[in-house]
Amino acid sequence: MLIPDTVIAIVFLVMLATTVAGALIAVNAKRLVRAVCGLCVCFIGVAGLYYYLSSPFVALMQILIYIGAVGVSIAFAVMLAEPRAEDKPGKQSGLHPVFGFVAGGMMTWGLVKIGLDAEWPSAAVKANDGSMLEVGKALLTTYSMVFELISIVLLVAIIGALALARERQGRSAQGEPS
Amino acid sequence: MDIMHLSNQLSTFLVVAAFLFGAGFYGMIVRRSLIGMLISAELVLAGASVNLMAFNHFLAPDPTVGQIFTLFIMGIAAAEAAIALSIIIVVYRSFKTIDAEDLQNLKG
Repeated sequence: MLIPDTVIAIVFLVMLATTVAGALIAVNAKRLVRAVCGLCVCFIGVAGLYYYLSSPFVALMQILIYIGAVGVSIAFAVMLAEPRAEDKPGKQSGLHPVFGFVAGGMMTWGLVKIGLDAEWPSAAVKANDGSMLEVGKALLTTYSMVFELISIVLLVAIIGALALARERQGRSAQGEPS
Repeated sequence: MDIMHLSNQLSTFLVVAAFLFGAGFYGMIVRRSLIGMLISAELVLAGASVNLMAFNHFLAPDPTVGQIFTLFIMGIAAAEAAIALSIIIVVYRSFKTIDAEDLQNLKG
């Protein structure tokens, strides 16, 4: 069954719009819970873009890791450290958004200009088709060292996060006069 | 630029990646709470990943390198988010706020 080109183009445009809208919500929402939801929406759009770049494995990993792990843990942190200070009146200095807009806009403009102006020579011959099989082979042969290292990094990060979050409790329990 | 073939052009992805990076940059400056800054940092990382994946698909001689790089970025981002969130929780416990401008005391 062949999907018509129009549908493919429309789905791509929807994914682009999802990414842009999610990013705008993530940086502009007043309440942090909405910002987290915007981030998740943005990541769904990015996963769609990855799918269009013919790497469905990375797209699924994007949804699994970013939305499933990072998004949920940020949502939990928002619930644990409820920041009502976000809409505290009279504390906004007023210049910050303008500076941020100018800085971010200039950064975007510069990157777009470089990206569109430069000549990007395409590789003459591709070594493989970039399928999931090839990714798995490369991950366990050429990049096996990095693969192991990143698991150590993740282990250290988990232990460090646990130690950080527990430390305070232990100290306060010790310091309490009984 | 033909809108029907937008998904087959490198420049589309470069523009989106630059937009994500710029949005994250803007958020880093504008946001006042630490969690908001973390969200913006994730956006910057997503922009970098989209860029890598686009170059990987359109230009790279070995189209697995960019995918593997993006997977590693995901791993690093997960570790970074875990550490940063636990630091934020600890900061919230001792200061009762996560507003970056109120955190001026290093003694905790």
